Amino acid sequence: MSSLIDRPNAPESEQPKAGTPISTGSEWTFELIQKYDEEIAKCAAEFGLDTYPNQVEVITAEQMMDAYSSVGMPVGYHHWSFGKQFLQTSKGYQRGQMGLAYEIVINSNPCIAYLMEENTLPMQALVIAHASYGHNSFFKGNYLFRTWTDASAIIDYLVFARNYVAECEERHGVDAVEEILDSCHALMNYGVDRYKRPAPISAAEEALRQKEREEYQQRRINDLWRTIPKLEEDDDPVKRKPRYPEEPQENLLYFIEKNAPLLETWQRELVRIVRKLAQYFYPQRQTQVMNEGWATFWHYTLLHRMYEKGLVTDGFMLEFLQSHTAVVYQPPFNSPWYSGINPYTLGFSIFTDLRRICENPTAEDREWFPDIAGKDWLETVHFAMRNFKDESFIQQFLSPKVMRDLKLFAIENDDQEDHYTVTAIHDDPGYRTLREKLARPYNLSYREPNIQVWNVNVRGDRSLTLRHIPVDRVPLGKETDEVLKHAHRLWGFDVHLESVDEGKVVEEHHCPPRGAEEE
Amino acid sequence: MGMTHIVDRRLNGKNKSAVNRERFLRRYRHHIKKAVSEAVQKRSITDIERGEKVSIPARDIQEPIFHHGPGGRREVVHPGNQEWVAGDTIPKPPGGGGKGQGQGQASPDGEGMDEFAFQITQEEFLEFLFDDLELPNLARKKLKDTEAFSYVRAGFTSQGVPAKLDVVRSLRGAHARRLGLGGARKKKIKDLEKQLEALKGAPDDLDPAFSHEDQIKVLEEEIARLKANVKRIPFIDEIDLRYRQHQKQPKPATSAVMFCLMDVSGSMTQMHKDIAKRFFILLYLFLKKNYKKIDVVFIRHHTSAKEVDEEEFFYSRETGGTIVSSALKLMHRIIEARYSPAEWNIYAAQASDGDNWNDDSPVCSKLLANSILPLVQYYSYIEITPQDHQMLWYEYEKILEQFPQSFAMQQIADPGDIYPVFRQLFERKAA
Repeated sequence: MSSLIDRPNAPESEQPKAGTPISTGSEWTFELIQKYDEEIAKCAAEFGLDTYPNQVEVITAEQMMDAYSSVGMPVGYHHWSFGKQFLQTSKGYQRGQMGLAYEIVINSNPCIAYLMEENTLPMQALVIAHASYGHNSFFKGNYLFRTWTDASAIIDYLVFARNYVAECEERHGVDAVEEILDSCHALMNYGVDRYKRPAPISAAEEALRQKEREEYQQRRINDLWRTIPKLEEDDDPVKRKPRYPEEPQENLLYFIEKNAPLLETWQRELVRIVRKLAQYFYPQRQTQVMNEGWATFWHYTLLHRMYEKGLVTDGFMLEFLQSHTAVVYQPPFNSPWYSGINPYTLGFSIFTDLRRICENPTAEDREWFPDIAGKDWLETVHFAMRNFKDESFIQQFLSPKVMRDLKLFAIENDDQEDHYTVTAIHDDPGYRTLREKLARPYNLSYREPNIQVWNVNVRGDRSLTLRHIPVDRVPLGKETDEVLKHAHRLWGFDVHLESVDEGKVVEEHHCPPRGAEEE
Repeated sequence: MGMTHIVDRRLNGKNKSAVNRERFLRRYRHHIKKAVSEAVQKRSITDIERGEKVSIPARDIQEPIFHHGPGGRREVVHPGNQEWVAGDTIPKPPGGGGKGQGQGQASPDGEGMDEFAFQITQEEFLEFLFDDLELPNLARKKLKDTEAFSYVRAGFTSQGVPAKLDVVRSLRGAHARRLGLGGARKKKIKDLEKQLEALKGAPDDLDPAFSHEDQIKVLEEEIARLKANVKRIPFIDEIDLRYRQHQKQPKPATSAVMFCLMDVSGSMTQMHKDIAKRFFILLYLFLKKNYKKIDVVFIRHHTSAKEVDEEEFFYSRETGGTIVSSALKLMHRIIEARYSPAEWNIYAAQASDGDNWNDDSPVCSKLLANSILPLVQYYSYIEITPQDHQMLWYEYEKILEQFPQSFAMQQIADPGDIYPVFRQLFERKAA
């Protein structure tokens, strides 16, 4: 772990300058925060970090809990699940379990970062470097964020969504709205087109188009269902017309919004709102390792740069390093604190090692990374930040050295065996498989069951059939029936879910549940 | 890269989550109510007024999503390898599971995750405690029936007694009137005086036919007339006078008195008294939520009744027989002396083990029916006994028939009954 707190070299390897520290105490003031921010900004500019304008907001611990429990949305519609989260957060905070505050930074333009008033000055500087320059430049640079979200529109959209939900509550009652939102939340992870590029969300447009959509949508749905019901004399399943939809659809919420027979217009709008939020969070869910790694790498690098310029004291650095070390601590698998791979550690290690590979390549690096060994490190890390997501980033840049440092090993758990098998470790024959296996779960379609809309029985009972394609025989979890109830509420007619492995149905779920006598 | 804005948000509202928290409590009110009523039964009396930790089975509040179940074949990468090499096998612990899955939801402090626990405040606690409970006969003390009034300021009026004359208002009116009436004339006087001065200042024409003399005279006369007019405007007139107006407003009775009557004869054990005490506490808390001011009168009795303080009421011991009517008589005297029914909402709760001298029970029912029930909002009688009823109960049952609105009676056998009985007695009745 010691390699993580080595001091990196200065960008132009210039001699440390004996500047005057900005401050010596640990109490912060607004003037001092401003000064630190100015200096951090200068350092960030030296390294070519391109960011949205920053907005730094100083808040209290209670406000931080509020922010936590609205899952990082600065404005959110009202829902009990956020209240639950709030109760959980405040309990955690009272017990002293709450994590560090620099988790909260909003992907918006300007980029909003929250500082807790309880923090000491070095912590405030750390948060600014981490969030306002690290995360911020990631939001602006990474291709997923560029493709999927519009930073300048998100706040307006959230306000639009909140007002719309409040309006619906007034018109249709809190319970009716809550029901629909509950059901949408249950399917939220299936509210994104993974392969198509979506239109960026915009509040103004939403409001404008909403009316139009209202009329159009209802007409369209009526059309779909009107053309169907004529039962053809030949109802043999084999000769039936192609399924509807013809191709499986992975975006369940979109499919429901556009095709659910019974939803009222406002309910469709709610589905749409949740879907749009899912889209907003989609890049974040796929870039956690990179995003946190990048931000950690930059708070580390920027504050060391400040130290080299003589702008911060030894005491400042000690406090900073203590926090930093805690953040990137990776407990081993057999520790009571172990809860999987720490994304901060992994991301930070990879970015740090990328720099080392550029600056001090070994023979191994030249063999593994011929394109980047010895190249400009700044360009390399920026390239990596811009063009990858977690899965491909790990595939591409996880080096043997990092695997050795973390002592990674892959273990196989097959329910048909009575033992676990170690399938690869951090050695020459293992590196490539290890890297592949580590990268794989960061792919969302591997982490979450692959479930798509398979068919709608448009000529019969209007039932909706979803199809699950298991990977490595991994079955669906025990909440599946509960989720189906939500799907059923939105769809309004029977919903079936079948797991099809190599052409065979291996698992079936039905809502309403299928009685034994019917089978 | 633009300038960084640093904003101090600390003074902004901190309760952004209040609505969401409220939504959560609303959704799980059944769970919370259950926890609250259990807490009431378990808690000692003195700390009834605090919040409560509520636990809800985690499965009840789960937000379900599609996820993988256990089984199949998975490979997971972990850090911190110590001695293994590829191909090593590790026997699975019996019963499956184990560390190999890496996706388990271990709680960081080892506390089980199957309960979702949170704290509700004292206010919320009471809210849930008294949810669905309605003050009996609260309607009777609604505005139109109240006999107490208070006077409130209600603007100004042009008629009134001299004592209520508002000098400032009256003078302000007079001033306005003087401006209104005299303003135009004063302006005219000013104009005329200017003309007059101009005429006087100009060299007089020698020809008498063109002399200014006449004009000057006319002007001077006009000015004099106007000035006299202005002078005639009174400094203050009858119509300027303004009197403060007060209106009589019915005063809702916001005070209540609660009579606690308890049998302390030898047959009442400490257990009986504890049960009674909890019942009284509930009643007190309940009234406290509804009235600004509450007096509590403790009357204990065996063969004779005595007004005592709370400590003595609950904890000093007496022996001897029982004459319930002594307490009722004392209560009636106290009402007449101190608690006029016009100003006070009167509640009474009587606790007893049912023992009474048989001769006395008809007296009690007569007293209740004739002199007490007409005065009180609500009279509740709880009999703490697992045994058969005695004379008093049957006498009271007749009262119940006569006064179903303001009289209630229930039997309590053990502490677990208190809250259900309390709820039964005070259940919100459909209007």
